[in-house]
Amino acid sequence: MIRAEELKFIGYRRPDGRFGVRNHVLVIPVDDLSNAAAEGVAHNIRGTLALPHPYGRLQFGADLDLTFRTLAGQGRNPNCAAAIVIGIEPNWTNRIVKEIEKTGKPVAGFSIERAGDHKTIEAASRKAKEFVHYATELQREPFTVKQLTMSAKCGESDTTSGLASNPTVGRTFERLADAGATLIFGETTEVTGGEDIIMQQCATPEIAAQFKQAFDDYQDLIESQGVDLLGSQPTEGNIRGGLTTIEEKALGNIQKAGRCKVVDFITPAQEPRKPGLSFMDSSSAAAEMVTLCAAAGSVVHYFTTGQGNVIGNPVIPVIKLSANPLTVATMSEHVDVDLSPMLRIEMNLDQAADAALLMLERTINGRLTAAEVLRHNEFVLTKLYRSA
Amino acid sequence: MAHGILLHEPDDDVGVAVRDIRSGDEVGAVTLEGVFVTNVKLVNDVPLGHKVAMKDIPQGKDVIEYGRVIGAASQGATRGSHVHTHNLRTKRWTA
Repeated sequence: MIRAEELKFIGYRRPDGRFGVRNHVLVIPVDDLSNAAAEGVAHNIRGTLALPHPYGRLQFGADLDLTFRTLAGQGRNPNCAAAIVIGIEPNWTNRIVKEIEKTGKPVAGFSIERAGDHKTIEAASRKAKEFVHYATELQREPFTVKQLTMSAKCGESDTTSGLASNPTVGRTFERLADAGATLIFGETTEVTGGEDIIMQQCATPEIAAQFKQAFDDYQDLIESQGVDLLGSQPTEGNIRGGLTTIEEKALGNIQKAGRCKVVDFITPAQEPRKPGLSFMDSSSAAAEMVTLCAAAGSVVHYFTTGQGNVIGNPVIPVIKLSANPLTVATMSEHVDVDLSPMLRIEMNLDQAADAALLMLERTINGRLTAAEVLRHNEFVLTKLYRSA
Repeated sequence: MAHGILLHEPDDDVGVAVRDIRSGDEVGAVTLEGVFVTNVKLVNDVPLGHKVAMKDIPQGKDVIEYGRVIGAASQGATRGSHVHTHNLRTKRWTA
């Protein structure tokens, strides 16, 4: 049995002391209008990566805060070596630059009004070139499991997720948490039917109460819309794969937490405050959740799938695990860890956790995941309500 | 693979087909640790990943998987039959 302390990681030490496992120079548009300039810079400068998205205008309140936190979080993420921020005007641009600057890494902001796309792209490209030279001379160095922050989520789940792939992640999380890693899971609506189990796993009554508040708030939101989630939870893919009710899906979902204590409740895109497993209030939509995890500083992600969710993320490597033999056979290019032998009782839970941990070590140390190789760069902001 | 069904808990009302199983086939049901629980003869075709009733489940009764309630039977299901959206409903969000 592999102990998490035995894993040998090499990564990039950032000025704030955190370790990244990738070394991106990101070009972050503040708003939809700045996507073209950001993509222009990424086109000009090898080694940069633009994160286009459809929002950032006329948002307000908690929704705007979440957008800022999510965008700044990509730059703050330890997988980012340096960041270019481009917005339509300088004020909001600087808000994001300032948040990234707190990590001590190189960051520069550019705004388009009174310059135009051409001049903005030229100036940002010159700076991005400097940043790429800086980033490409950084060397990987050893780090420990105590310096690892990672996350997990399932998608296009089916009954094989609850039988095999989610318990596998749960077993790895038990070992990683015992070794001092910082771990994130969430999916607020998708624990419906197992919310009492999550509450029992909360380390204190206060954490359980915070979790329950977020859970109840979302149930109230559903009711306030005069609808229910039938038809969305479980999804059509879940149903095709044999999952019938949200309760059944939830009981499979929460296997990812294993027997870990939930040591903290965090808001969407909030960076964890302590080692161990934190519950993040989050959507169960795959790309939204993984984007929030990246914003919170997760550097690598376990994604279990039954029917074959193909998601990836531009900032953090997404390791895909599946126990569905049909998915593994028909979608092999998407699967990093084949857990289908578990259904045949040819691989037990500890052996499966060993396989997942070895793939974690290889991924951290540089192996590109299936999603990375296939250029799955889904970057999706969570929108809380309509813009003004 | 000797078995055709996996059970989260030995007393669960439903098990999961781990391969496509044809009506009339008799297959073994085992726990996740591979411990044999029972044989069951299927009365419907059940595809990989779908649930099989391990007991006769009367209409209206709570259905147990993972040792927990996953919904209630909207129609009765006999032992060996396919359990899915046609005969099992969530108990949540049913205002």
